[in-house]
Amino acid sequence: MVDVANILLLLVILLNFFVLGSNRLGACIRTVALQGGMLALVPIFLHPISGHLLLLAGTAMVLKVFFMPWLLFRAIRMVKIRREIEPMIGYVPTLILGTLATASAFIFSDRLPLIEIHQGSLAIPCSLATLATGFLMLITRRKALTQALGYLILENGIYVFGVLLAEAMPFMVEAGVLLDLLVAIFIMGIMVNQISRTFSSLNMQNLSSLRE
Amino acid sequence: MIAPLIIVPLLFALVALSLPSDRLRPWLLPIGGTVQLGLVITALLNHAPAPLGNWFGIDPLSRLILLLVSLLFWLCSLYGLGYLRLRLDWGNRIFVTCLLVFLGAMSMAAMARHLGILWVAVEATTLASAPLIYFNHNRLSIEATWKYLILCSVGIALAMLGILFVAYAALPAASISLQLDDLLARAPGLSTPWLRAGFVFLLVGFGTKVGFAPLHTWKPDVYGEAPGMIGALLAGGLTSVAFLALLRVMQIMNAAGQAAIAHQGFLIMGVVSLLFAAVFVIRQPDFKRLLAYSSVEHMGILAIGFGIGGVAAFGAALHMMNNALTKGVLFLAAGNIHRRFASKRREEVTGVIAVLPVSASLFIAGFLAITGSPPFGPFVSEFTILRGIFNSGHYGLGAYLILMLAIIFIGMGSTVLAVTLGQPSAKEELSSYRDTLLTVGPPMVMLLLVLMLGLYLPESARKLFADAAALVEVKP
Repeated sequence: MVDVANILLLLVILLNFFVLGSNRLGACIRTVALQGGMLALVPIFLHPISGHLLLLAGTAMVLKVFFMPWLLFRAIRMVKIRREIEPMIGYVPTLILGTLATASAFIFSDRLPLIEIHQGSLAIPCSLATLATGFLMLITRRKALTQALGYLILENGIYVFGVLLAEAMPFMVEAGVLLDLLVAIFIMGIMVNQISRTFSSLNMQNLSSLRE
Repeated sequence: MIAPLIIVPLLFALVALSLPSDRLRPWLLPIGGTVQLGLVITALLNHAPAPLGNWFGIDPLSRLILLLVSLLFWLCSLYGLGYLRLRLDWGNRIFVTCLLVFLGAMSMAAMARHLGILWVAVEATTLASAPLIYFNHNRLSIEATWKYLILCSVGIALAMLGILFVAYAALPAASISLQLDDLLARAPGLSTPWLRAGFVFLLVGFGTKVGFAPLHTWKPDVYGEAPGMIGALLAGGLTSVAFLALLRVMQIMNAAGQAAIAHQGFLIMGVVSLLFAAVFVIRQPDFKRLLAYSSVEHMGILAIGFGIGGVAAFGAALHMMNNALTKGVLFLAAGNIHRRFASKRREEVTGVIAVLPVSASLFIAGFLAITGSPPFGPFVSEFTILRGIFNSGHYGLGAYLILMLAIIFIGMGSTVLAVTLGQPSAKEELSSYRDTLLTVGPPMVMLLLVLMLGLYLPESARKLFADAAALVEVKP
C-alpha cells in the first residue's frame, strides 16, 4: 500500500513541473485539480483505513477536485483569459529553479531528524518540493489567477506534510482548515473578477501604484 | 459563557445579511458591539479558571485581548453609525456583515486553546476583513486588498506548516494533541530541532499578520486605502489578535525550555521593525501610510517588550491596550480629515485645525500619545519597557530604542503638524463633511481612556495586565 502512496507522491512532483512549464491557464487549473485529487487519496494508502481518514480524504477530494477548480474556471470564463503572459522569469529558468528546489528537497529531507517509520518516505521531499513550487509560482507569475494557483500549490505542499500526522489530528480542525482554504479561493476568485473589471486585464503590473 | 462570545456576533452578521434596508443595517453594529462588550465584561468578572483540555477557554491573555477587541469594536461601531450615514450611496450589506463576522473571528482567536482552532480563527479574520478593505471599490483599494489577501494567506499558510512541525516534534506518539494545555504539559519531551523549525515558521507566518518588518509590506497599502474605522480595527484589534498567536507560541517554547531562542526571535523582529519604521516615517507624504509605519513601530516595541520579559513584558501587555486605543484615535481622526479634504497627501491637506478643529486636535493629541509623550498611556508603557530593558542589562538595545523613538517622533511630527496647522488648503471646499458627535465622540472617548491609563491604573486593570504578562514568563 505504501508503494501506491509513493507512486502518487512521485506523480505529484511531476505535476509540479507541468504547472511551472505551462502557460495555458485552463491546463494549469486542471493539473492542480489532478494534483489535489491524488493528494486526497494519499492518506488512505499511507495509514490504516478508519472513518476519520475516509472523511478527510472525501472532503479534500470534493474541495480540491471539484469546488476550487470550478471556482477558478468560473473566474477565467468571466474574465475571458486563456494564457499567462510572459512571466517575470521565463519558463525554462523557472523549470530549472524548480528542478533545483526539488533536488534540494530530497537532499535536505535526508538530513532531517525524522522518526523511524518516515525515513525514506517520499512524503517529506514531496511536501518541500511542492511548497517550493508554490512559492516560485507566487513570485514569478504576473496574473492574479496564477498567483491564486500558486497559493493552492503551496497549500497542497502543506497538506502532504499534514497527511503524515493525519491519524493524530482531530477531524474538526482539518475541516476548518479546508473550509478556510475554500473561502480564501472564493474571495480570490471574486477579486480576480473585480481586478479584470477595473483594469480590463489581469496583469499584476497594473497593480503597482501603491509604492513608496 | 464562551460560546455566546463567538455565536452572538455571527448571529448579528446573519441578521445584517438578511436585513434589506441600508439605513437600518448600520444600527446592528452598535447593538452587536454593545451586547458583545456586555458579554465580555460578564465573562471577565467571572474569575473561575478555565477547565483544562478544552478547545476554548478564557485565560489571562484571552481576557486582555477580549477586552481590547470588544472595547475597540464598540467604539468603532458607534463611529461606523455616523460614517455609514455619510456613505449611503454605497450599500453596506457586505460591509456590516463582514465587520460582525470579523468580530466573531477575533473573539474566537482570543479564546482558542488549540493551535489548529487558533489558526482557523486567525485565517478567518483575514478573510472577513478583505471585503472591508475593498469598501471604496476603486483601483487602489483593489490593489491593497489583493496584496493583503495574498501576503497574509501565504503567511498564515507558513504558520500552518509551523504548527505541523510542532506536532511532528511530538512524534513518535500514539496521538498528538495540539491542545494548548496538553502541549504545555508535554513540551519538555518535544523534539528540539522540529520545535525550533516550527517556531521559525510560526514567527514568520503570524509575524506577517502582525506586520513585523520586513513582512509588513501589505500594511501601508491597506491602512492607506481602507476606511478609517477599518484601519483602526486592523491596527488596534487584528494585530493584537495575531500577536496573541505569537504569545501562545512563546508559551510553548518557554515550557519546552527553549525560551532563549524564542526571546531572540522576538528581539530580532522588534529591532528590524523599529529600523524600518524609522526609515519610512521620515518625510512620509501620506498621513494614513504614516500611521501604518507607526503600527510597524509599535509591533516592534511589543516584540522587544515580550522578548526581554520581566517588567518589560508587563509594559508590553499594557502597551498592547494603549497602542490599540491610540491607533483608534489616530485612524478615526485621519478618516475624518480624509473625508473632508478628499486627499491624504501632506502637500494637499494643510490647516485642518481651522476647518475641522476637533478632528485636528484629536489627531495631534493622538500623535503625541502614540509617540510616547506624557501624560498619555503609551508613555507609561514604553517607559516600563525601557526600564525592563535597562534592568536586564541590555544597555545597547535600550539606547537603540530611545534613538528610534526620537527619530520617529520627529518624523511623524513633521507630517502631522504640516497637515494640521497652517493655512487651510483649497481642497477643503470639495466636501461638506463636518465633525458630528458620532464621528468625533468615539475617538474622544478612546483618548480619555488612553489618558486615564497614563495617569492612573486601577488595581483590577493592573492585575489584568500583570496576569497576562505572567503567562508568557519563563517558569523557574
